[in-house]
Amino acid sequence: MKKSRDDYLTIFFISIIGIYILIALAFPMYAILSKSVENKDGIFIGFENYQSYFSNPALVYSIYNSLFISIITMVITISLAFVFAYALTKSCMIGKSVFRSIAMIPILVPSLLSGISLIYLFGKQGIFRDLMMGYDIYGPIGIIIAEVFYTFPHALLIIITALSIGDARLYEAAKVLRSKSIRTFFTVTLPSAKYGVISAAFVVFTLVITDFGIPKVIGGQFNVLAVDVYKQVIGQQNFEMGAVVSVVLIFPALLAFVVDRIVQRKQVAILTSRSVVHEPNKSKKFDLIMLIYCSVISVFILTIIGMCLYASLVTFWPYNLSLSLDNYQFDLMDGGGWDSYYNSIRMACYTAFFGTIVVFTGAYFVEKSRSVKTGRSILHLLSMMPMAIPGLVLGLAYIFFFNHPDNPLNFIYGTMAILVICTITHFYTVSHLTALTSLKQIDNEFEHVSSSLKQPFYKTFFRVTVPISLPAIFEIGIYFFVNAMTTVSAVVFLYSSKTNLASVAVLNMDDAGDIAPAAAMGMMIFYTNAAVRIIYVLITKKILVRFQKWRTKTV
Amino acid sequence: MKKITTIISFISVFFLNLVNANAGSLTVYTAIEAEDLKRYAATFNEDHPDIEINWVRDSTGIVTAKLLAEKNNPQADIIWGLAGTSLMLMKGEGMFEPYSPKGIDKLDPKFRDGDEPASWTGIDAWVAAVCVNTVEMAKHGFSMPSSWEDLTKPEYAGHVAMPNPNSSGTGFLDVSSWLQIFGEDGGWDFMDRLHNNISHYTHSGSKPCKQAASGEVPIGVSFAFRGARSKAKGAPIEIIVPSEGVGWEMEANAILKGTDNLEDAKTLADWAISKKAMEMYNVAYAVVGMPGVAKPVEHFPPALLGAMIKNDFEFAATNRKAILAEWQSRYDSKSEPKS
Repeated sequence: MKKSRDDYLTIFFISIIGIYILIALAFPMYAILSKSVENKDGIFIGFENYQSYFSNPALVYSIYNSLFISIITMVITISLAFVFAYALTKSCMIGKSVFRSIAMIPILVPSLLSGISLIYLFGKQGIFRDLMMGYDIYGPIGIIIAEVFYTFPHALLIIITALSIGDARLYEAAKVLRSKSIRTFFTVTLPSAKYGVISAAFVVFTLVITDFGIPKVIGGQFNVLAVDVYKQVIGQQNFEMGAVVSVVLIFPALLAFVVDRIVQRKQVAILTSRSVVHEPNKSKKFDLIMLIYCSVISVFILTIIGMCLYASLVTFWPYNLSLSLDNYQFDLMDGGGWDSYYNSIRMACYTAFFGTIVVFTGAYFVEKSRSVKTGRSILHLLSMMPMAIPGLVLGLAYIFFFNHPDNPLNFIYGTMAILVICTITHFYTVSHLTALTSLKQIDNEFEHVSSSLKQPFYKTFFRVTVPISLPAIFEIGIYFFVNAMTTVSAVVFLYSSKTNLASVAVLNMDDAGDIAPAAAMGMMIFYTNAAVRIIYVLITKKILVRFQKWRTKTV
Repeated sequence: MKKITTIISFISVFFLNLVNANAGSLTVYTAIEAEDLKRYAATFNEDHPDIEINWVRDSTGIVTAKLLAEKNNPQADIIWGLAGTSLMLMKGEGMFEPYSPKGIDKLDPKFRDGDEPASWTGIDAWVAAVCVNTVEMAKHGFSMPSSWEDLTKPEYAGHVAMPNPNSSGTGFLDVSSWLQIFGEDGGWDFMDRLHNNISHYTHSGSKPCKQAASGEVPIGVSFAFRGARSKAKGAPIEIIVPSEGVGWEMEANAILKGTDNLEDAKTLADWAISKKAMEMYNVAYAVVGMPGVAKPVEHFPPALLGAMIKNDFEFAATNRKAILAEWQSRYDSKSEPKS
């Protein structure tokens, strides 16, 4: 069959995006792997670095520590999030949307902000220090509390989705069979949500084991893998060992990723076209219990954020509690000043703009193009890879790859461009999946019709696909923006004098002991993300209505 | 096809414009305290308004790590204010453009590289000290320490913070000074006992003092200048000068080999050891590289200068790696069961 102009264009675009992912992900990962088997002078030494790693008890102990906090956090977060999600989907309590919004707050702040807040709450000068009963917040206790706060919304979103697909016909059957509600829970609710819960568990596990902000701030002397990477590279100038710890860190993350993919595939089969959405029944006692539970969790979340807000306004904790804006004078602190905040905004805008274009176009070719089957599946595979790579590892890999003098792309090292590329890559997969889901909802007939009318595919793309997918496109843009504002791990090795970032400034100010200004900068990130989120909601409500009117029209 | 070529060349020109360092600006790596950077740049610009300074500031260990990492592809033009031991290490790696700045002969010989032309020049020194929060000490009923040895008293268990020498220049100068004061064996024995009292090791050298200032720990092993600053801000702290003597480290400058702005870098290197610059350093630092310039600094303990040990930088620089490795294997994981 002769290839048409469309086919060539498709191949062209698929190759461009494929090459982008190769350069932004595969090559750097190769660089980090090869660095881990080299010595300082770049000579291949086999597994010598790994041997010296595993013969260092302090470093190996971090593996146990990392697994320990990840598993404990996973159990706590999943339990708490499950009940919360259950309340939101299966009860008739009041204020559901308020609770849901509060539960999403942790997504809008850098992970380490919760650690800073805990220091003010339970540290040696903390408001509630007596509640610690002599235990030290610096260490596993602090890490786990902060990680639960940080991972809660991620788990919640997945479990809500899983619970809301429970088929109402099964609940009806259970009712007819006079099954007790507890029995219904174990035979109907739990099995249908099983895969969602497993998936959420692995997401939490990966988030915790790869997070380094929280253990850095509140871990005290409790070493974990992610902090070891940072310490080896930043503190000890030992890049080879940093590469080794990175490779060790990839394994659990990769494993969780593979299991999650397998589980996700099974999940799809549960929801069939005949499923009916289950509407909860009113039950005074149950609704009240759920209301109390959700209130308690919400108070916890609001306390963490509220404490940071208060701490950022206190002049000199704990000896001068008068309020002032002194801590917002970032130009006088270690860490980057107000410039870092404006840089973050710029970086987030670039990331949202370019990231959305790349991701959506990529997803479009994966989902909609008729020709070049192999190219499409390779592109899809490449798009899934970033999720398995921890941000810290990606950042380190970028140093090895882009700062190599023989690399023709060397010139982007130390610029805004490398931060944007790294951040887009780091958050590529989730955006890719969002775009795919939205594109799958659009009937392929559009493509068939326009190609039989001899219209080039890009006309259909711009006139049909993009307008229909606007909600998803905005969603992806917001996702990129918010994450670009909060990410620390992916960019901490890559920022330069001109491109310091707010999230990194939070880390560095905490490092220097300027913890109140760190809280203040964290709050700036929170205000920005919250404002963007609110604007987004307004836009989707008001303006998108025009584009999406056709959806609500009765057939 | 022609169209595409034009577009590509446009894009590349655009990107090159974005990333090319423009003449008249210097990328300066430093570990000087952040609050001083603006003042330093402004004072320099009084004499050289056409040279713009772009600071890259971080803890000593981090700046050192960054420079070593970028060895094959240096991003910095010049170093202004980084630990002397780090610079000696980098000189050994052949990373510097040897250049004796104008007026180098006016410096104290300790504050310059012995070779001709010199690879680095020292500007000032920072000195170890212990910040003690008087409010918290009174709360716990502790007596004030007066020596390093006092810090190992069992009553302070869990109440002392000190910087991790792997990342902090202050932490490293503490460790290297203890090894010189108490001897190799005595030094490690002292640190073993001190370790029992340590609440946590911090990443940066200023943090223990800031934590002492805010009462997060009663005792912070840090440096005098930080203590003086916190005291000036109204923190209830005393700056203790341990009686055995205190370690110190100089901050020094060097031009990176391969800088694409050598002329401006030389101008800055000259200016940074001028009398005007020394007076500028003296606002915060009690010890500067040019003898006879320094005046007393507010809140600075007067006993400190006499307590500075005769520091063997050669020892510190050559043994840096071994000392850090030994330290890490002994103390870097407080999570392990204490023996």
